[in-house]
Amino acid sequence: MSGYPLLAVEDLTMHYQTRAGEVCAVDGVSLSLERGQSLGLVGESGCGKSSLALALLRLQPENAQILRGKVLLDGVDLVSLSEEEMRTYRWNRIAMVFQSAMNALDPVYRVGDQIIEALEQHSNAARQDMVDRVGELYKLVNLSPNFIQRYPHEYSGGMKQRAIIAMALACEPDLIIADEPTTALDVIVQDHILREFGNIRKELNMSMLYISHDMAVIAEVSDVVAVMYAGKIVEYGTAEEVFNKPIHPYTRALMSAFPSVTGEKHELATLGGEPPNPLDLPSGCHFHPRCPFATDMCAEQEPPTVRRGDHWADCWNPPED
Amino acid sequence: MAAAAQPTSSNEDRPLLQVEGLRKHFPAGASRFRRNERFIHAVDDVNFTLGRGESLGLVGESGCGKTTTGKMLVRLIDPTDGHVIFDDGTGEPTDIATLRGKPLKEFRKHAQMIFQDPYESMNPRRTIFDTIAEPLQVQDIGTLVDRLDRVMEMLALVGLTPPRTFLFRYPHELSGGQRQRVAIARALIVEPSFVVADEPTSMLDVSVRTGVMQLMADLASGLGIGYLYITHDLAVARYMCSRIAVMYLGKIVEIGDTEEILRSPQHPYTQALLSAVPVPDPTVSREAVKIKGGVTTLINPPAQCRFYPRCPIADDYCETNDHPPLERKGQEQEVSCYKA
Repeated sequence: MSGYPLLAVEDLTMHYQTRAGEVCAVDGVSLSLERGQSLGLVGESGCGKSSLALALLRLQPENAQILRGKVLLDGVDLVSLSEEEMRTYRWNRIAMVFQSAMNALDPVYRVGDQIIEALEQHSNAARQDMVDRVGELYKLVNLSPNFIQRYPHEYSGGMKQRAIIAMALACEPDLIIADEPTTALDVIVQDHILREFGNIRKELNMSMLYISHDMAVIAEVSDVVAVMYAGKIVEYGTAEEVFNKPIHPYTRALMSAFPSVTGEKHELATLGGEPPNPLDLPSGCHFHPRCPFATDMCAEQEPPTVRRGDHWADCWNPPED
Repeated sequence: MAAAAQPTSSNEDRPLLQVEGLRKHFPAGASRFRRNERFIHAVDDVNFTLGRGESLGLVGESGCGKTTTGKMLVRLIDPTDGHVIFDDGTGEPTDIATLRGKPLKEFRKHAQMIFQDPYESMNPRRTIFDTIAEPLQVQDIGTLVDRLDRVMEMLALVGLTPPRTFLFRYPHELSGGQRQRVAIARALIVEPSFVVADEPTSMLDVSVRTGVMQLMADLASGLGIGYLYITHDLAVARYMCSRIAVMYLGKIVEIGDTEEILRSPQHPYTQALLSAVPVPDPTVSREAVKIKGGVTTLINPPAQCRFYPRCPIADDYCETNDHPPLERKGQEQEVSCYKA
């Protein structure tokens, strides 16, 4: 094994050109992910978490541009690869399950055939081997093999999501990027799918980047948590550290705003204001207009990084350790 | 309200809404050439009450009939069968399930709805003023100047300040949270007795969501409005509702005091639903949900307990008998299960 982490993102910055102006969706993001580890990326809509996922796979839309930074997979910089080379990485090394993946199935083809089609694009195996592989995959995600020959409309929402996960696993990728894969599902189905994700990940020693706005789901699936706000990672650490000793006021606000069904019923804190307009980001710390601890300094200068071991956050006024 | 009927003691005790045997059966697969014999039993014999100023949470998975129930209470959908006795204490109790024509329009002043998706529930070509004033216009209340004043008042009430700056903006200029505040203003401008809120915060971000939840709770207690709060999220229901009703495939399977149900859920479905809610604490590992399979069909379902095919504790008795009636189990708790 090489000495590199599986995935290392260094200072990745991506801008969108829009009619209204330039939007900095991903702003100097650095992350690393070890083999077999799962990283939970949490943030609100528009904070850039899906843009980051697309940038990692170089699937960003045409009006987006990666300005600088590196995406190192096993030490190879994906940003500098040609489109042709990049294609050998997608799906084989990194697979993605999108937010609305359930709608990604083509209604006029049998689901099994669609998975085989994906396999054909990325391997040269014989047809029969691929058919067998689909059977294995269905077993892996707990779908009945009877459904291989059926059409998407015969699947329920949860089953479609399972089929999509099966498709993502088809080439045994090292890294799977899951962007809100359970958001549209009911809690009981969500529970089943999260559990399966966990089991499969362990079985195949796969790494996962799990994107969600739901703190509770992130707490359950992640070893390491990154909190994103207005294009930047504002806090990073192991799940225990981030949830038990959050540093950044935004992380703390998210936690106390989150209703829980267990334990004492605590008052829900309300975070004032709205997420910032990406066309017109606040100066200094982007969070300062909503931050209860903000000082003049926060509005003027970008916050420094506070480190407590491997756990860090960008803040001028961190709480006492 | 001047023309109040003589208040009698029984009138005082009546809840705002008394729902009895409410049903909605949608035809499934009818066509011009085939008579329909198959029905989707979306809501099947639902009974509950909603007190004045009370908020009742209706929780369950998608497709369990909670939205259909809500829409019947505001008569956006006509019930197939059953009664909804409405009594706001100012007039004769009326069964709104069968209202038509003028009385129905009159009733709409008392019942409003807030929808889930603030991006879809507003006409993009109408200004915020037009949107919020529409119920007044429909009900022919006040002059244009009066309406303007009322809309300004409502905007201030829902926290869109200064109101003047919002009046003539369009929905696309507002964020999701702001739009949902507009939807709340639109629902409350006619001073309704109750509001059906269908997942009003599920599309909002966490940091904005609590603000809207807080606003709705404050307005309910301030204006004495009853809510039927439809949600799939038990945690949200806990914060919004003093009582909750858990629905499964068109039936209420458990109803009662929120904290009591969360502390000791009696119905196996409620237990499963609760155990499936993720916990925002990485050190806690939840037990696996015990129920199996997915939601079964609602087309002409058998008479047995609706939850039977997925129930972990069902036995022969459950299979051969009809769907169990709601029975009192705890202090404020009613459960529809033979085994609980």
